[in-house]
Amino acid sequence: MDLTVVILVEMLYAVASLILISAGLAVVFGMMKVINLAHGEFMMMGGYATITAVNLGLNIFVAMLIIAPIFVGLIGLLVERLVIRHLYGRLVDTMLATWGLSLLFIGLATMIFGNTTTGISTPIPGFAIGNYQINGYNFFIIVVAILLLIGVLTLLKATRAGLIARGAMQRSDMAAALGYSPDRIYMATFFCGSALSGLAGAVLAPLVGLVPTSGGAYIAKAFITVIAGGPSLIAGLFSSAGFFGIINQVFTFAVSPVIGEVALLVAAVILLRLLPQGITGKFFKGKL
Amino acid sequence: MPGSLSKDVVTVILVMAILIWVMPLMISTYTLTVLIVYGMLGLSLGLIWGFGGILCFGQAAFFGLGAYTYAVAAINIGESTLPMIIAVLVPGIFAALLGAMMFYGRLTDVYLGVITLVVTLILFKFINSTAGPQYTIGKARLGGFNGIPGFQTLNVPGRPDDYIWGDSYFYVCAVLLALVFLGVSALLRSSFGRIAVGIRENETRMSLMGYDVRARKTVLFAVGGAIAGLAGALFANWAEIVTPSLFSLGQSAEIIIWCIVGGLGTRFGPILGAAGLAYLKFLLGQQTLIDNTLITGLILVLFVLFLPKGIVPALANLWKVSFGRRPLGRIHQQRRMRNRGRTNG
Repeated sequence: MDLTVVILVEMLYAVASLILISAGLAVVFGMMKVINLAHGEFMMMGGYATITAVNLGLNIFVAMLIIAPIFVGLIGLLVERLVIRHLYGRLVDTMLATWGLSLLFIGLATMIFGNTTTGISTPIPGFAIGNYQINGYNFFIIVVAILLLIGVLTLLKATRAGLIARGAMQRSDMAAALGYSPDRIYMATFFCGSALSGLAGAVLAPLVGLVPTSGGAYIAKAFITVIAGGPSLIAGLFSSAGFFGIINQVFTFAVSPVIGEVALLVAAVILLRLLPQGITGKFFKGKL
Repeated sequence: MPGSLSKDVVTVILVMAILIWVMPLMISTYTLTVLIVYGMLGLSLGLIWGFGGILCFGQAAFFGLGAYTYAVAAINIGESTLPMIIAVLVPGIFAALLGAMMFYGRLTDVYLGVITLVVTLILFKFINSTAGPQYTIGKARLGGFNGIPGFQTLNVPGRPDDYIWGDSYFYVCAVLLALVFLGVSALLRSSFGRIAVGIRENETRMSLMGYDVRARKTVLFAVGGAIAGLAGALFANWAEIVTPSLFSLGQSAEIIIWCIVGGLGTRFGPILGAAGLAYLKFLLGQQTLIDNTLITGLILVLFVLFLPKGIVPALANLWKVSFGRRPLGRIHQQRRMRNRGRTNG
């Protein structure tokens, strides 16, 4: 019984962290068809922003939920203006340019923080279920992931800004004819995507020892989750994160964590071979 | 592609002979050897990406696979001739299987990128986790993140105690690169190569003309994998140790950067890009002021933004504009373009 609860929580946690890791990339890819390979480094910078802010004496939740997203969002804004703006519509070129950016950020972080591991402790204590110890912070991550999904959905579905953004993504010429500037809208969307990446990196920072190359651990998973999810933003994110998270945890518990990771990757290859347009390219068509 | 194959052979032999003679005067042969190996690796991706239009994010997988295959086979066999052959065959076959899976599934650009990336990651994670003594192939322990040291390095065929190393190993690598280069040139001149370029330009048209696009892409991909495998085996001989970092994402990224910087759709570009950037990295590694990764990244960003075609095509263009015979040259050139399609290189 206790074990069942623990496994269930771990599965939810795996799904939630996949959602967090991929959300920023999903917004940028789902809305703008830009693959940001520097996404992992955006998360890494979110983590560093949090740790720096905490070391300066700020409250950890303020640092994680406010400082880090704004900081990374601003960096995203700079990147969009300087690089990505010139490459819209050239999928492969954006991938390569953002890959270059990711290397650049790794180099910068190495120069500033050094090639050492930094970290902060989790602000929420663990507790026991029967004979098992559970990390209380896992629940925080699950809650953040749920709130994030609801937040993005509401923003896109229920607000005027979301409507304009979705319209501009479908027909930028029409949006421009109606008096909205697609350039501005792209800029704002990229800001939001980057801020989400920063948030994810910040929230996950207490769980990992942060090094400048930490981003590499996230980017592949995020990339896979988003591509396998397909064109719909929320439904795709939710379904593919659910699928991969559960597969990962099943194999982790049945065999070992390494096999769990490998199983996730193998599942991704098979899934893409069967559904090359992603999960939502076949099911839930036209949903958000 | 102007000129005939025999003219190509003469040019390559002349250029190589001069380079082999001149370069060791400036750079140590030890460094030059690895530059040659990287050049071959760059050429392998340049072939499938530049001429086949297949963007592979996991060329490092074949490179690493070649290196590991060589190491494992060399430990088990104890003589280097057969391991070299196996180290070319295994990545080639692996690439053929992977390619068949992707191309018969009609996967394109981004999805291709994800799958090749994921396969590289799987290999990386798997090899990294093989530290325990239960992971052995024959007599060779895979060794996890420590890699495999101490295998038989290249020897004169049939004489296991007669090692090829130092300067002579440099000459072997240089000759092999020249041979691979000529092989690639011959392949691109053949109808297979022309059709591969046709597929890059317009896949639908080529399949409507009756060519089996899937099979041709798979074969090209396998050839690229085999060349990368050969480069991997040569690298293993040079480094005398193989580690999982051969499979890393950073390694894959570097190969792509070499191709972009050198110039896609050319044969010289990726080799030049690889050797040039690897040497730059070597020089930068000697200073500590600016981080190495930062500069690599900056180079990639700047090239994608300002010189997306790469150095070699840009130089060729400059040459044409500066020294080309204008009035006659242009008509001549247009006719040539019409006759030959876009196979310049």
